[in-house]
Amino acid sequence: MSDDRSSQLIILFFAFVVLLNYPVLQIFDRKELWFGIPALYFYFFFIWLTLIVVVGLVVRKKRKS
Amino acid sequence: MALSLVIGFSLAYITLLFLIAWWVDKRAEQGVSVVNNPYIYALSLAVYCTAWTFFGSVGRATTGGLSFLGVYLGPTLLAPLWYMLLRKMILISKHQRITSIADFISARYGKSTLLGVLVTLIAVLGIVPYISIQLKAVTFGINTLTHFGGGPVAAPASILLDAGFWVTVAMAIFTVIFGTRKLDPNERHEGLVAAVAFESIIKLVTFTAVGLFVTFGIYNGFGDIFTQATYRPDTAKMLTFESSGVTSFSWNVLMMLSLFAIILLPRQFHISVVENTSPRHIPKAMWVFPLYLLLINIFVLPIALAGKMMFDSGIHPDTYVLSLPLAKGAAWLALAAFIGGFSAATSMVVVEATALSIMFSNHIVVPLLIKTRSIGGNDLVNGAARLLDIRRISILLMLILAYWYQKSVGNTYDLVSVGLISFTAAAQLAPAVIGGLYWKRATHQGAVSGLVVGFLIWAFCLPLPSMAQAGIISNTFVTEGLFGIAFLKPYALFGMTGLDPITHAAFWSLFLNTWAYAIISVNTQPSMLSLTQADLFVNIHKYISGQEYDILKREAKIGDLKAVLNRFLGESRSLSLFNEYQQANGFLPDNQKIAQAELISFVETNLAGAIGAASARLVIDSVAKEEQITLDEVMRILEQTREAVQHSRIMETKNEELKVLTLQLTRANEQLKQLDRLKADFITTVTHELRTPVTSIKALSRIILDDYERLDDERRTAYLQIIVNESDRISRLINQVLDIEKLRSAEQLHSVDTVDLREIMLSTVAGMQQLFAERNVTCSLPHSGDAFLVKGDRDKLIQVMVNLLSNALKFCDPVSGNIKIELHIKGHFVLLRVQDNGKGIPMHARDMIFEQFTQLHSHEQGKPQGTGLGLFITKKIVEQHGGTIRVESEPGEGATFEVKLPLFEQ
Amino acid sequence: MQISDSASKILVVDDEPNIVIALEYLLQREGYEVHKAYTGQEALDRLETITPDVVVLDVMMPGMDGFEVARRIRQMPALECTKIIFLTAKGTQRDKESGYASGAEYYMIKPFENEVFVSTVNEIMAYG
Repeated sequence: MSDDRSSQLIILFFAFVVLLNYPVLQIFDRKELWFGIPALYFYFFFIWLTLIVVVGLVVRKKRKS
Repeated sequence: MALSLVIGFSLAYITLLFLIAWWVDKRAEQGVSVVNNPYIYALSLAVYCTAWTFFGSVGRATTGGLSFLGVYLGPTLLAPLWYMLLRKMILISKHQRITSIADFISARYGKSTLLGVLVTLIAVLGIVPYISIQLKAVTFGINTLTHFGGGPVAAPASILLDAGFWVTVAMAIFTVIFGTRKLDPNERHEGLVAAVAFESIIKLVTFTAVGLFVTFGIYNGFGDIFTQATYRPDTAKMLTFESSGVTSFSWNVLMMLSLFAIILLPRQFHISVVENTSPRHIPKAMWVFPLYLLLINIFVLPIALAGKMMFDSGIHPDTYVLSLPLAKGAAWLALAAFIGGFSAATSMVVVEATALSIMFSNHIVVPLLIKTRSIGGNDLVNGAARLLDIRRISILLMLILAYWYQKSVGNTYDLVSVGLISFTAAAQLAPAVIGGLYWKRATHQGAVSGLVVGFLIWAFCLPLPSMAQAGIISNTFVTEGLFGIAFLKPYALFGMTGLDPITHAAFWSLFLNTWAYAIISVNTQPSMLSLTQADLFVNIHKYISGQEYDILKREAKIGDLKAVLNRFLGESRSLSLFNEYQQANGFLPDNQKIAQAELISFVETNLAGAIGAASARLVIDSVAKEEQITLDEVMRILEQTREAVQHSRIMETKNEELKVLTLQLTRANEQLKQLDRLKADFITTVTHELRTPVTSIKALSRIILDDYERLDDERRTAYLQIIVNESDRISRLINQVLDIEKLRSAEQLHSVDTVDLREIMLSTVAGMQQLFAERNVTCSLPHSGDAFLVKGDRDKLIQVMVNLLSNALKFCDPVSGNIKIELHIKGHFVLLRVQDNGKGIPMHARDMIFEQFTQLHSHEQGKPQGTGLGLFITKKIVEQHGGTIRVESEPGEGATFEVKLPLFEQ
Repeated sequence: MQISDSASKILVVDDEPNIVIALEYLLQREGYEVHKAYTGQEALDRLETITPDVVVLDVMMPGMDGFEVARRIRQMPALECTKIIFLTAKGTQRDKESGYASGAEYYMIKPFENEVFVSTVNEIMAYG
């Protein structure tokens, strides 16, 4: 059970390493406003929030079981 | 704004912090841990957000665009791994009473004094720039509040008139009061942690307040501020990486540096590991802390853009957080923001300086004093008090160093540039720490080499050139290269140009550091102590659940141990520790007795909490004799530990094996039962087969005896012939049973002649002619007149022929039976084929029919035909002759037996 | 030895020709009309046309075994009065029980005494 969560978290780590680095960032590095917010700025905070939520869900599962 | 107002507010705020800390410490003494809470733990981790974050990020955004986020995304990225990494570090540190990052590295590589010194030096020298920017930020803040709109601040005429000096003094006093109030064996400061957590709330609230004021007060929300920013080239270029000059590599390096910083900076290690109350807080901190980072960063870009758009170059971007409210007349908000920034700076300085002072006293001063016998002999003054004094002095020294750095170098650079120099220094510890946690083979020499190489390159590429540019040392090595060698320019080492100084220095220092660490580790042998520590660090889980493994056989007088503990922890603390030990182990230590290894370890561990593992080891060594322990012994003990862990695994495997074995036994038993049944069946069959001819013989011979006269000659002869035939049948059966035994014992042929299979076939068919006639079976023979010569035992080959023919005869079509015999030569073999036209052999039975006792028992076949031995014997004989036998059959189409024997060629 | 129409009929069923030869001689000597069959199926076929007073049955035969033949005979209304004698090498108590269960009146084990066999048949013929 604990090993499962460790694996999930390691996978998360690598997934977000990719999402928060080049070349993925290249896609969002554009002179545009999305919902009135610069595209890259918007992207960073979106991914950031996603990571927080996903990590929160993964570690929360533990307490139930 | 009046200076007295600013100072008054700051002092009031500091007093509030003291009250919080005092109350929490008091509760702790009463046994209630206020900070034992995952949210307080997560908030205290936010000591990561310093004046750099509060003031510097905004300044950074005006030049480097969104790159300021890397410093927060790095730690966020690492958060998922805290579950493994941070937990492991905490478990090790609790187990070993580790009190600093220097202690951690020193302990890992055999409680090395050298490594303790080295890491402490790197940490102190590396972090000085970082502390300096906190002093600078607070000074900046005071100047901004008191002189806003009044033009540039004139250089102070004397040091006593310099705000920065008084800020430094104030910070030193706070730190001494917060961090060195008492000597705790575990270096736990609950009051400090509570104050830091409280300050984190203040930081977030005040910064957010300024952000809201700017975004919604000065502008009409995010959309408005960003849209306006796109109209101006200087603000528009802050919105993408490309236009603000952030390259992919510099981004990667920034993320990596900050990812390491969150665990390796001395204050982060102190808060996240040493001050941690329970590893159970980690899961919650894993998402609360990144959330804090996210929240405190939301308004950085809007504030930076607003400042850029509203102010000329006269106002430094690092002060925008204060300048914007002041410019709009919100003086109280500016004051609140200053308190926020002040919180950020004080929390950083207090925790950092405390952590560094622990390292400094435990790894540099105490070993030195022990070596020179200033403390450690029998004529000691109170060591505990002295230890605290050493720490207080080291705090003061560090802050003075930071003040000097800020005055001479720091003013040339913005906050974040200076801060990143410290990040790069902290990252030098990464190979030794991470390798130490997961790579057992890493050696003391490897760690030393990596750290020295990394530190030298860092010093050469970052602080030295910055000091040169500040005019403290000669500038020629920057422009010409060291010793005039162009390859040794600090900003273009080995000819690598085109990178900014931080990225450049981080690349070379970390690359060569890691390389040296790995190469030297592989090529050196770890010491015995290093080996045991390596095992403990890498496999901490097996130690915390089980018993302590004290493999060092040491002896010391209990009285000496008591004296040592008194010296460093004070009389009362040491007494209570001995009482604790006595209660747990149930004996009264007599001062003249020799202590158990267990007690020595207990004393050492508790001492390590106060003065670090390496120093504790030196102290204990001064009173304890250590028996030489052989490498073999170490290996054996380590092996035992490993065995214990593996034991359960082995048991599981064994259990599996046992199950398999049971299954095999059950199967073997089934086979035996099957064999038993077969034997019983065999006996029944043999009995029946014997009774049948005996019945004929008995009945007919009785008839001849009783009715001799009445029988005509013809009948009498026929009956007598039957009696002879049936007697032969009995002999045959008996011989077959005996043959089996013979076949078993003799695998070799006894007599070997050249035999003609055709001749054997003809004579056998002739001999069985009567049987064929009785059964109404026709027999078709091959037409060829050639001889088919094989080497073998003539009698046995006849037996093969007889068996095959009688078998064919038995299974022939009962009405119009036909047996076809063929002889061929194929290559170097003679093929004998005997084909019947019976019902054929079912597929499932084809493999079995050559086995002993096997008979066809299907409903259609009814009674078993024969003894079940004929084909078995046939096969054995054929194999003895180096041949093979097989059967082909289609149900309903009859069966063909094919015997293949080696051809005899002259 | 005269074989008249009124002579009692006996069907001998055995896959061993030599045993059939011996039984045929013994029964003919007593004046019975002997019919022969070498398998169970052949026996049943013969019983379509003749109604013997006694059937002498072997048990272990290729195809249908003697027990089955006996059961089928017992289902044929025309053969209600026909008596069945098992003459077999299978001599266990269980075999005997299955023999009687399948509807036979007598169970004799091979090898047999000629006199005993003959007198048994004669008794059956005389007293039913």
